[in-house]
Amino acid sequence: MVVLLGLVVSVVGALPAEKAVMTQPPLVPPAITRTTPAKVTVELEVVEKVMQLADGVDYVFWTFGGTVPGSFIRVREGDTVELWLENSPHNKLPHNIDLHAVTGPGGGAASTFTAPGHKTRFTFKALNPGLYIYHCATAPVGMHVANGMYGLIYVQPKVPLPKVDHEYYVVQGDFYTDADFGVRGLQPFSMKRAIDERPSYVVFNGSALSLVGDRALKAKVGEKVRLFVGNGGPNLVSSFHVIGEIFDRVYLEGGQKTQEHVQTTLIPAGGSAIVEFKLETDGTFILVDHSLFRAFNKGALGMLKAEGAGNKEVYSGREMEDVYLGDESVASSVKATPVAPTAPVAADGKALYAANCAMCHQPEGQGLPGVFPPLAKSDYLAGITSSRRAEIVEFILRGKAGKLTVNGVEYNGVMTPVAGLDDVKLAAVINFVATSWGNKSAPYSTAEVKRYREALPPASAPEH
Amino acid sequence: MLSVLAAAVLAASPDGGGAVTLPAGRFAPLFGLDEGQKDFAVAAFRLDVRPVSRAEFAAFLEASPAWRPDSVSRQLAEERYLASSKDAHSPRAPVVDVSYFAAKAYCAWRGQRLPTTLEWEYAAAADEVTRDASGDPAFVQRILDWYSRPSRPGELDLEGSPRNVYGVEALHGLVWEWTSDFNAVFVTADNRQDGEQPAGTMCGAGATGSARREDYAAFMRYALRSSLSARSTLPTLGFRCAGAAR
Repeated sequence: MVVLLGLVVSVVGALPAEKAVMTQPPLVPPAITRTTPAKVTVELEVVEKVMQLADGVDYVFWTFGGTVPGSFIRVREGDTVELWLENSPHNKLPHNIDLHAVTGPGGGAASTFTAPGHKTRFTFKALNPGLYIYHCATAPVGMHVANGMYGLIYVQPKVPLPKVDHEYYVVQGDFYTDADFGVRGLQPFSMKRAIDERPSYVVFNGSALSLVGDRALKAKVGEKVRLFVGNGGPNLVSSFHVIGEIFDRVYLEGGQKTQEHVQTTLIPAGGSAIVEFKLETDGTFILVDHSLFRAFNKGALGMLKAEGAGNKEVYSGREMEDVYLGDESVASSVKATPVAPTAPVAADGKALYAANCAMCHQPEGQGLPGVFPPLAKSDYLAGITSSRRAEIVEFILRGKAGKLTVNGVEYNGVMTPVAGLDDVKLAAVINFVATSWGNKSAPYSTAEVKRYREALPPASAPEH
Repeated sequence: MLSVLAAAVLAASPDGGGAVTLPAGRFAPLFGLDEGQKDFAVAAFRLDVRPVSRAEFAAFLEASPAWRPDSVSRQLAEERYLASSKDAHSPRAPVVDVSYFAAKAYCAWRGQRLPTTLEWEYAAAADEVTRDASGDPAFVQRILDWYSRPSRPGELDLEGSPRNVYGVEALHGLVWEWTSDFNAVFVTADNRQDGEQPAGTMCGAGATGSARREDYAAFMRYALRSSLSARSTLPTLGFRCAGAAR
């Protein structure tokens, strides 16, 4: 027995040593090309810091490595992993780490219980391949997790997954503040809401802004994308879905078994999934938790932009539009007459509307009562006053959260900023709305839109 | 300079209004109750009104060269010992980066001792009007807000929580504080194993879970204490002294 132990130690000692390459979300470290085990050192620093939970909304996050989720750790099946946990002296609290990739009591939690200004270390062997959540397990555990203390560790299988063009890192989490979504300023953690499981925010990568606009995930048409998706919780289960995509393959729960042709995959709190898909056509694909009020009212929305030539065979875009009279016309079922396209600028605006606005405001601008305000027959748009002309540009470019009354109905939702509109496109889409469905406002010129855009305060970017 | 400060400080404490007597009472701490036990009896005791200040601690160092940073044993205090004492602060600012051993020696030098965790929690459960506000969500949230923030420069100069119903100040919102039996109650390093703790490792030899699962502020204090060893020094950890009631 003693001899055996000695043998094991000497084998471990002979392993080549390396430092793990770690990345901040949404990036994933490159695939490991080694074909034999190594001793891999992972260093994680716990940092308590203020970052943006949504536009203008600050929150004190507790983080592994300064981001939510924490740094992505990639090791290989069979590796020996030496993990250092460093707790910054500026932190007020003790922390530890439980990695679901660890076989052993507490997943490392007891071995890494660390006071502020101290560091600890433990070593584990990565026995099982797969994608695992890691998180803090210090009392009160739920609160440490609710404040952002989670991330993913990927134990790459001995036979690696096929190469893809892009790998990205996305983790959903629920957050609990006294104030509802979008109330600006520093918002403290609400113990009450956490216990009641009533989050005010459900977001990807620690912020409603983390994967939108310029921070959207990017790929080109024809490329294959692999998302390493986790759910930190602490409470909610995610129905992860990408609008307009079908997952060609899902590694269920981050394990080895795969399912093909999946629309929505369930990711438990403290669990994961690996999803793969090929981008067959261009456009913006929206990542959501398909428990939809989380997506449209609590921030669980991200974007993946596919650039390149669209494939009309895969997706045509709108081909026709006609009046439908239902029972009122006998002829309607017999023959549909395509309408002539409207003026070129308006047509452009119409397509932009369909791509960017119709998802919420609906194809005919009718909105969803109580949820998304109507744009058709809307008193807000009926005659756009001069002061409101700039406001509309701001809503589109910066998003809008909070109360708005349209046709006497109060809306208290969130409009996410629309990205990718230059001044010409922005003018076109506004003019389409401002002159359709009975709206009769003076059109915007490109120069006018440009003026309003330049007068906007700079977009506040989150630190992560 | 040190002795002048010391004289001024000693004149004002601990008997010149620097400490108050807390009456005997009963208290249910977050951990430590036996099954079926409702609370503990707490005997009357004296407790400093505020945490020990840097000036007060400087007087102790003047009288006790062995505890100065350049001569103290690494067995008794970590490398950080008194590291932040060089930063500029108001004279009332609490001494921090001080180990359990040093805090204990300081109180003994004054003929006193550190409060027990039970005594400290008993005192700290009071707000300005009630003796036990630990079940009041607003009180707990106020404490939690401080715990949740990373420490900021200048924070040690703040006043901390106002004088509570016993006349004790700054038990919350300023620094964590040592207690004499800080590691007697283990919030296990892995919080989810509370039910498995061996009897006898806990204060009062009880091995039950916590009395109030929603008192997150108390959870965090117990977790912090459990993470410490007696030589630990933290830039957010100070202490105050206790003694016999009079």
